[in-house]
Amino acid sequence: MTLPGPQASQSRPAIDVTGITKSFGGKVVVNNLSLRVEQGEIYGFLGPNGSGKTTFIRMLCGLLKPDSGSGQCLGMDVIRDAALIKTRVGYMAQKFSLYGDLSVRENLDFMARVYGVPDRKAAVSHSIERMSLARYADQLAQTLSGGWKQRLALAASLIHGPELLLLDEPTAGVDPKARRDFWDEVHELAGQGLTALISTHYMDEAERCHRLAYIAYGDLLAKGTVEEVVAARGLTTWEVSGPELYELAHTLKTLPGVEQVAHFGNTLHVSGPDRALLAASLAPFHQGPQNFREVATSLEEVFISMMNDSLKGGKG
Amino acid sequence: MTIFSPRRFWAMVVKEFVQMRRDRVTFAMMIGIPLMQLILFGFAINSNPQNLPLAVLSNDDSEFSRTLVTAMQNSLYYRVTNVISHESEARKLLDRGEVLFVLTIPQDFGRLLARGDRPTVLVEADASDPTATGFALGSLDYLFSQSLNRDLLGPLLSLRAQPGPVDLRIHRLYNPEIQTKYNIVPGLMGVVLTMTMVIITALAITRERERGTMENLLCTPVRPFEVMIGKIVPYIVVGYIQMLLIIVAAKVIFEVPILGSLPLLLAVSILFIAANLAVGITFSTVAQNQLQAMQMAFFFFLPSILLSGFMFPFQGMPQWAQWLGSVLPLTHYLRIVRGIVLKGNGFADIAPELWPMAAFLLVMMVVAVKRYRQTVD
Ligand SMILES: Nc1ncnc2c1ncn2[C@@H]1O[C@H](COP(=O)(O)OP(=O)(O)O)[C@@H](O)[C@H]1O
Ligand SMILES: [Mg+2]
Repeated sequence: MTLPGPQASQSRPAIDVTGITKSFGGKVVVNNLSLRVEQGEIYGFLGPNGSGKTTFIRMLCGLLKPDSGSGQCLGMDVIRDAALIKTRVGYMAQKFSLYGDLSVRENLDFMARVYGVPDRKAAVSHSIERMSLARYADQLAQTLSGGWKQRLALAASLIHGPELLLLDEPTAGVDPKARRDFWDEVHELAGQGLTALISTHYMDEAERCHRLAYIAYGDLLAKGTVEEVVAARGLTTWEVSGPELYELAHTLKTLPGVEQVAHFGNTLHVSGPDRALLAASLAPFHQGPQNFREVATSLEEVFISMMNDSLKGGKG
Repeated sequence: MTIFSPRRFWAMVVKEFVQMRRDRVTFAMMIGIPLMQLILFGFAINSNPQNLPLAVLSNDDSEFSRTLVTAMQNSLYYRVTNVISHESEARKLLDRGEVLFVLTIPQDFGRLLARGDRPTVLVEADASDPTATGFALGSLDYLFSQSLNRDLLGPLLSLRAQPGPVDLRIHRLYNPEIQTKYNIVPGLMGVVLTMTMVIITALAITRERERGTMENLLCTPVRPFEVMIGKIVPYIVVGYIQMLLIIVAAKVIFEVPILGSLPLLLAVSILFIAANLAVGITFSTVAQNQLQAMQMAFFFFLPSILLSGFMFPFQGMPQWAQWLGSVLPLTHYLRIVRGIVLKGNGFADIAPELWPMAAFLLVMMVVAVKRYRQTVD
């Protein structure tokens, strides 16, 4: 279920970096990462906690200096033109980083001033309008709920009309309705030509992106559209339904060719990399009380599989 | 990319003002600290210490000398603790701090007095703490003439006339500058500004880092220098409010005469205020958290109080301490304030004290801007 991608890769990409590496105290946090994001694209950036997503995004907007690597962002050199890039990028940090002791309007006003937005008052009012923040305009930011804080942060990162949005786990801790609204907003912006790089670890959000990259413990493990990523992993998945699934799960886990067994509501998902081997292993169980049927592998299984591999690879 | 944009600077100023208004605790501290210090120091000044130890070295035992000693006792300022017979003893007692005063009555005092020769009475005082001895010494002249006048009857009546029956000599030891109580209140202005200005700004950038707002700020095009002076300017206003508070208190409550030009004082104070704010900003670029910033502020505050000439006379300090003291803005500011307020100094008199503060400010700003990290690692 790929979303219609952006108008074919015209001109230069919004982000094009190669070999970006960053270590903290000898520990490699982002390892030789290369990424290309086309203009107007919504690019998902996935990976478990502590895998270096925040670190990578911070390097893109000049908050951190890469140890090595190079590339460009909106046609400007990521290292040399960091100051210039800042004027054309909107960044939303993982942790709310606007001023809690300023009101919604004051926060937006501050950002508009700092960026030198022309006709500031109107821009702020428009932004409040657009994000439906009017009800909270004069409320202190620290008193807003998570979802509204996130809307304010999005409004702030958009106030100067950036060409590229870097959103770091924008929907963490936000209720489903607010998440839905948020993504609708992002898609509307992308429709107007804005590029967005969004980190998340919600699978359903990954599927709302045009393309995505998966990074685990510093290493980029896969990139492409959801279909491409799933296909590239080559997993086979069976869905099991019926009684006594808990007992069954323990048994299935030990079988050859079974890589993961996960509970999905009243069903089990069993997947493995070798189609024939998995089918052979499961065959004897078809006589049991449960129903077996092959289903499409989801992104989640792919990511878990990749994460397991990278953990086995001695990283962590 | 411009190095300095007035627009971005102003954005910082406006933001800081709004935040200042919302932060009641800090605001209360900014007004509370000057008031508290004024009360502490001010009432220490006014507390009018009594029963201070006095040694009497009397070489005369006429009725008149006894009158003098009794008068001093009765005034309640003095308490005779030692009666001595040798000069050397007097100095020893003073050195050891066992007495604060030594009264020396010369030989033939009574006879000389009766003859109208105005005999010399010497009072040596340990003036290292002028607030302790000031009142006691100030009362002596009046005390002596009043008490003796009662004894000067009949033919001696004529001696009551001015300039008084005795020639009172006061030797202030240990404090050649003769600090008076007036020294303290104007000095407090510098002390209060040092304390509050450094603390407030030391917290300024540290707070942004601790609350995570630095992450957002660093992603905007705002430059280090704009952040620095954007955070300094609002507090200059606060500094002036504190100054006015103290000036009013000095005039109204403590009746300190202001001899020099108030506008001149206000004008040159901006340099001192800015210098202290720059120290705070520098601390806040170094400190990891607000507690550390606070501690650094106190580490700066202590030598400022001790080595600037506020607590101890500057000339009386050892050479190394004087050198250290000369670096501190408070040292120069104290001379300026005391010069203007107490001596009526004009611009030419205080000019030599301005450039060390300006140099200090410049160095601090450079350090702060250099130390200000534009990244979050
Ligand atoms: N400033 C820093 N100093 C030291 N280690 C850091 C710093 N920032 C991040 N790390 C470490 O780098 C790793 C990746 O962190 P991060 O980029 O925040 O991951 P993610 O955003 O994917 O959860 C973590 O192990 C984290 O502890
Ligand atoms: Mg993160």
